Amino acid sequence: MNRTATKYIADDLVRPLFQSSVWFYAIVLAAGSVVACGAAAWTYQIWNGIGVAGIRWPVFWAFYLVNFVFWIGISHAGTLISAILRLVDAEWRRPVTRCAEVITVFALMIGAMFPIIHLGRPWLAFWMFPYPSSREIWPNFRSPLAWDFFAINTYLTGSVLFLFLPMIPDLALVRDRSTGWRRKLYGALSFGWRGTTKQWNRLESAMQIMAIAILPVAVSVHTIVSFDFSMANVPMWHSTIFGPYFVAGAIFSGIAALIIAMAVLRKFLHLEKYLLPYHFENLGKLLLLMSVLWAYFVFNERLTTWYGNEPSEMAVFWATQRGRFAGFYWTMVTCNFVIPFIILSINRTRTIAGCVIASFAVLIGMWLERFLIIVPGLATKQLPYSWGNYGPRPVEMTIMAATFAAMILLYTLFSKFVPIISIWELKAGLPSRLDKATLTEASLMSTRLDELGPMPPEGQRP
Amino acid sequence: MAAKHRWGMAVDIDKCTGCEACVTACHAENNIPTVGAGQAARGRAMHWIRVERYYEGDFPDVRVKFRPVLCQQCDNAPCEAVCPTYAAHQSEDGLNAQVYNRCIGTRYCANACMYNVRFFNFFNPEWPKPLQLQLNPDVSIREVGVMEKCTFCVQRIKAAKTEAKKENRELVDGALQPACAQACPTSAIVFGDLNDPESRVARLMKSPRGTKLLEDLGAEPKITYLQKQPWHESDSY
Repeated sequence: MNRTATKYIADDLVRPLFQSSVWFYAIVLAAGSVVACGAAAWTYQIWNGIGVAGIRWPVFWAFYLVNFVFWIGISHAGTLISAILRLVDAEWRRPVTRCAEVITVFALMIGAMFPIIHLGRPWLAFWMFPYPSSREIWPNFRSPLAWDFFAINTYLTGSVLFLFLPMIPDLALVRDRSTGWRRKLYGALSFGWRGTTKQWNRLESAMQIMAIAILPVAVSVHTIVSFDFSMANVPMWHSTIFGPYFVAGAIFSGIAALIIAMAVLRKFLHLEKYLLPYHFENLGKLLLLMSVLWAYFVFNERLTTWYGNEPSEMAVFWATQRGRFAGFYWTMVTCNFVIPFIILSINRTRTIAGCVIASFAVLIGMWLERFLIIVPGLATKQLPYSWGNYGPRPVEMTIMAATFAAMILLYTLFSKFVPIISIWELKAGLPSRLDKATLTEASLMSTRLDELGPMPPEGQRP
Repeated sequence: MAAKHRWGMAVDIDKCTGCEACVTACHAENNIPTVGAGQAARGRAMHWIRVERYYEGDFPDVRVKFRPVLCQQCDNAPCEAVCPTYAAHQSEDGLNAQVYNRCIGTRYCANACMYNVRFFNFFNPEWPKPLQLQLNPDVSIREVGVMEKCTFCVQRIKAAKTEAKKENRELVDGALQPACAQACPTSAIVFGDLNDPESRVARLMKSPRGTKLLEDLGAEPKITYLQKQPWHESDSY
C-alpha cells in the first residue's frame, strides 16, 4: 500500500505541471494585464516626475513605503515559518513548507521594487551598490536605507537558496517524467540529481544549515525595515518597540497570506487530499497567537505614548485615536484583533473558511497598520505650522494593485512549473506515519490515502 | 584642524513684521521654482524660508508672532546621517550642504528634518518665458526628483571668500549677507561668522533673548531666535 501511495502522490502532484485548466489561462491573462497597467503607471511616473503621486510636503513617504513594508512583512510567511517548523521537526509542515517559501521569495522581490519605484530619480538607484567608482564615493553606511539594501539582499539570496534546495529532488522527478525541452530545463535545474545516499546527506545538511542561518536573517530584516522609521526623530516613529513590533506584525501578516494562498491552491489545484482542514487549524491557531501578540504590542506602544504625554507625540496619538485617522485606526484594530480573535478562538469557526476570512481581515488590518505608522507621524511633525495631509493618487493605487496582481501571476506561474507541494518530503513523511499510526495526524493522513482508491491508469499519467 | 568659518544666523522675532520680503528675495536669488496654484494646493510649494504665524491670546486681544523658518544648518543634522548617498553632508564651514547631482530622491532627509525645511522637486522646474532670463547664473537649476534647501546663499559665501583671497584680506563682518538678510527691511535677520567672537551674530547668539528652535531635540541648530521672553523683567535687552 505504501508503494502505491507514494506513486499516487507523485503522479497527483506532478499533474498540474502537464495539464492546464482554463482557469490557469484566465488567471494569467487577468493578473498579467493588471501588472501591465502597473508597469505603464510606473513608466508614466518616471516620464512625468514623481509628482504624479500623492506625496507632498511634509508627507514625503506614503503609499509606496506602506506597500514596501507590507510586502516585506508578507515575506516573513515562508522562510521563517517553514524554517521553524523544519527545525522543530513538526510533521504537519510537509505539505505547507514550499507554498510558504515561495511566498517569501516573490513577496521580497515585489517589496524590494518599492524603494526603487518611490525614488525621485530611480535611474540612479545603482548608487546604493557599494561599487568602486572613480569618484571613490561609497554608500553612506550610517543611513538606515543602506542597511535596508544589504538586509533585503541577504534575505532574498538566503530565501531563494532555502526555496531551491528542497526543490532539487522534485525537479529531478519531473525531469525523469518529461521529454523534450522540459527534460532539458528540469535537467539543468536539478543539477544532475540521482538520489544517491551521498546526495541526500548533502541536501539534508545544507537544509539544516540554511534553516538555522535564515532565522536570524529574517528577524533582522524586519527589524532593519523598522529602523527606517525608528531612527528618525519623527513623532511616534522614534520608538524602541518598533523592532519586535514589526517582526511580530510581519509574521502575523505572513501567516495570513499563507493561509489564503493555501486555500486558493487547495481549490484550484485540487489539493484537498494534502492540505487538510487540520493544517488550516494549526495555522489558524498560530494566527490567533500572533493576533494576540500584535494587540499586546499595539497596547504597549499606545500606553507608553499616552502616559509619557509628550506634546508632539500626543498630536499624532490623538490624530490616530480619535482625529482624522481614527476611522483607519479602529478598522485596523477590528481587522487585526477583534475579527481574527473571535473567529479563531471558537473551535467551530476555526474552519478553512473561517481561517480565510480572518486572514483577509488581517491583511487589510496590517496594511492599514503600516499606513498609520508612516503617514500620521509625517503629517503631524513638531512644528504645527507645517502640518499637512495626504491622499493617494491614481498612479499609486494602480501600482499597488499591480503588485497584488504580480503576486498572483508569479504564484500561478510557479505552481505551473514546480510541484507546489514538496513530493519527496511528503513521501519521506509517509512510512513513519504509517508505522506510528497512533498519531492523530498520521491516522488522518493514512485514512485519506486509503480512501484514494486505485492508481490512475497508465495512459493518464504523464 | 578647525574650520576657519562657522556660519550662523540670528533672527529677531521682535523685529520681524511678517512682510515676507525674505521669502521673495530667496526665490529670486536661488532660482526657486514657483509651482503654480494647483500644485501649491497639493503641497508642492517650495519656500526655502517661510514666515510662520503664531497667534497668542483670545479674540479680540490677539497678538500674532512671525517666525521666519529656514534651514537651521544643524551641527548634528538629522538629515545628513540618513542620506544613503552622501547628497546631504556637512561642509567645512558647518553648512548642511545638499549635492543635487548626488541626490537620488529617497526623501528620507526631509522626513528626518524636524523643521520641515527641505523641499523636493516633484517635477522639472519651468519658468514661463521670458522669466527664464531672470534666473541667477550663479545658482544651478535643480531637476526633477532632487531635494533642495536653504544654502545660506553659499554662492555669495564662495564669491566673498574668493574676492577676499584675491585682495589678500579677511572677510568683513556684515559685508557678506544672504538674500533674506539683505532684503529684510527691519534688519531682523543677521548673518555672520560664529568663529569670530566680535561678529554681530556671535554677540547676538549670547543674548539672553536668544532661544533655538526645537533645541531639546538635540540637532544643535546654528540659528538663534531672539525674542523677549515672559521671564524678562525689564526691557534693557
